[in-house]
Amino acid sequence: MHKRLMSPQRLWLLAGYTAAAVALFCAPLYLSDFRLNLLAKFLAFAIVALGLDLIWGYTGILSLGHGVFFGLGGYAMAMYLKLEASGGRLPDFMDWSGLTALPWFWKPFSSFGFAFAAGILLPALLALVLGYFTFRNRIRGVYFTILTQALVIITVTLFIGQQAYTGGTNGVTGYGKLFGQSLASPETKQTLYWVTVVALIAAYVLCRFLVKSRFGKVLRAIRDGENRVRFIGYNPAVYQMVAFSISAGLAGLAGMLFVLHVGIISPSMMGIVPSIEMVLWVAIGGRGTLVGAALGAILLNSAKSVFSESYPDAWLFFMGALFVIVVVFLPKGAAGLFGQFKWLRKGRTVHEDGDGVSYPAVR
Amino acid sequence: MKMGMESAILQCDEVTVDFDGFKAVQGMSFRLERGELRFLIGPNGAGKTTMLDVICGKVKPTVGKVLFGGKIDITRKKEHQIAELGIGRKFQTPSIFPTLTVFENLEIAMRQNRSVLAALRAKLNAEEQERIAAQLEMIGLQEKAYWRAGGLSHGEKQWLEIGMMLLQEPEILLLDEPVAGMTDNETEKTGELLRTISQTQSIVVVEHDMEFVRNFASKVTVMHEGRLLKEGSMEDVQRDDRVAEVYLGKRRDADAGRSTA
Repeated sequence: MHKRLMSPQRLWLLAGYTAAAVALFCAPLYLSDFRLNLLAKFLAFAIVALGLDLIWGYTGILSLGHGVFFGLGGYAMAMYLKLEASGGRLPDFMDWSGLTALPWFWKPFSSFGFAFAAGILLPALLALVLGYFTFRNRIRGVYFTILTQALVIITVTLFIGQQAYTGGTNGVTGYGKLFGQSLASPETKQTLYWVTVVALIAAYVLCRFLVKSRFGKVLRAIRDGENRVRFIGYNPAVYQMVAFSISAGLAGLAGMLFVLHVGIISPSMMGIVPSIEMVLWVAIGGRGTLVGAALGAILLNSAKSVFSESYPDAWLFFMGALFVIVVVFLPKGAAGLFGQFKWLRKGRTVHEDGDGVSYPAVR
Repeated sequence: MKMGMESAILQCDEVTVDFDGFKAVQGMSFRLERGELRFLIGPNGAGKTTMLDVICGKVKPTVGKVLFGGKIDITRKKEHQIAELGIGRKFQTPSIFPTLTVFENLEIAMRQNRSVLAALRAKLNAEEQERIAAQLEMIGLQEKAYWRAGGLSHGEKQWLEIGMMLLQEPEILLLDEPVAGMTDNETEKTGELLRTISQTQSIVVVEHDMEFVRNFASKVTVMHEGRLLKEGSMEDVQRDDRVAEVYLGKRRDADAGRSTA
C-alpha cells in the first residue's frame, strides 16, 4: 500500500484523471456557448457534491441544509456584483424599499476580496456554529438532519422577510459586469468556465487529500462507530465540526461561481428542494467516492436539462424513473458500477474491494 | 498503608450509579495497583460492566470518586479525555471500524496526537509502520492487513480490537469478556497475552468463563447486586460461602459459569 508507486491501477487512474481534465479544459472547443454555460453551472454543483460527500459519504452525517451554505456564497458574490453595477448609488431594490443609506453590512462587500472571502468563510462559520451546538451535544442522525432543514426554513424566511436588505423573493440580480467585463459575453463566459474547472479540480484535490489523510480515516471511523472513536481518545465532535465546516465552505464557493454563471441568486435557490436535490446528486453518483459524487451532480443535472428540453411534459417522470433505477439496482450509486469493474479486473476479495459504501442513509 | 495508597493506579471510592432509581452500583470501592491483573466477576446484573463504564467515562457516577494515578478525578472528564489519560476499553461485542482496513484500524488506534491538525499532517513513519507490522503479527492478521475489518471472523475481530488497544498503549486496560466466542486455543493465547501485558500495564477483566479466571487470575473481585462481595485470591473466593450462595448455592464453579453466561 505504501511502497507501490506506479502499479498498473495507479497508471490507469492517472490516465483517467488526465483524460477527464483535458476533456474539461477543452470543452469550449466542442460545446456551444449555451451548453458551455450549462456545464459550468453543473461543475459548480459538482463542487457542492464533493463537500456534501465529505460530510455525508465519509462522516455519515446527512445535511439537508447545504442550500443555505450554497446560497450564502451566492449572496456574497451577488452583493459585490450589485454594488459594482450600482456604481456608488444605492442598489435599486433598496431604493424601492425606502432605504436611504447602504446598510453597514453591505459596505465591505464593495471589495471583491472581502466578498470572495466572505462567500467561503460565512457558510463555513455558520456550519461551525451549528456544528458546535449539535455535535458537541451528540445530536446526530435524523435529529441533526431535521435541524439542518430548520436552518433552511429559518434562513429562507429571513431572506424573504428582509426585502430591503436582501432583495426579498426576487433575490439579488440585475448586474452584468465583473472587473469591467460583461458577464454575458462569450469570452467572459469561457474564462469563467475555466475558472470553474480550476475550482472544481482544486476542490477535488483538497477533498482527496482530506479523505486520504489520517483525518479522513478518523472521519470514516466516526461513521462506523462514533463511540468507539471516543474511547480511542479522539473527540469526534471536533472532527465533525471541521468536516461540516469545510463542506459548507465548498458549497459557498460553488454558490459564488453559480451566481457568476447564472446572474441571479434568490431564496428559492437555497430552499428545501434544492437542498434535497444536492443530496440526491451524491446519492445517485455514489456516496463515499469523490468522483461518484461529482459525476452524480454533472450527470443528473445534464439528464435534467436534456429530458426537460426533449420531453417538456414527461421529463419529471424520467427523473423519477432514474432515481428508482439507481436506488433499486445500484445501491452504491453510479460509482458502484466502477467498483464492480475493478473487482472483476483485479480479482480482489470483497473485503478489499471498492470505495463505495452502502449503509442506511440516515443513522 | 499510606505509602501503598499512593501507588494505586486506579482508586474507586464509594461509587454509586443510579439509573433513574435503579442503583446499578452501590458504594463500590476498589483499588488497582500498578501492574495488576484483576478479574471482576459476579452474577448477571452485579454491576461489573457498569463499573467499567464508570471508569472509562461512559457512565457518570451519581456519588463517589474515581482517582487515576492517585490524583486526577476522572468522573468529571469526557470519554476521549479519559482515553487520552491512558485508560483503554474493550467492549463486550467486538467494536472495530468495519469499513476501514485492518491496517487502518490499527493506524488510528495507535498512540498519537489526536487533534485534527495532527491528523491532517500525520504521515506513517518507518517506526510506526514497524510497530503496526509487529502488532499485526502478534494478533495473527498480517495476511489480512488490507482486508476490510468488517469481513473478519468474530474471533479475528476480537484480536484486532485487542491489538488496537495495545497500540493505544493505555496504562489501564479494561476488558469486558475478552475471551467470549474464542476457541480454547485462542482463550489460552489471550490469557498468556494478558499476563505479559500485566508486567507493564494494569488490567481489569470482567469475565464469566470461570475456567479462564481460575487459570489466570491472581486477584479476584466479586460483585453482587452493585456491591463488593468479596475480594482476594481465587482460592479465597472459591472457599467463601457468600460467594457460593450468590452463585445459586450449587456446585461452585461449573454452575457459576453457566448461571451468568
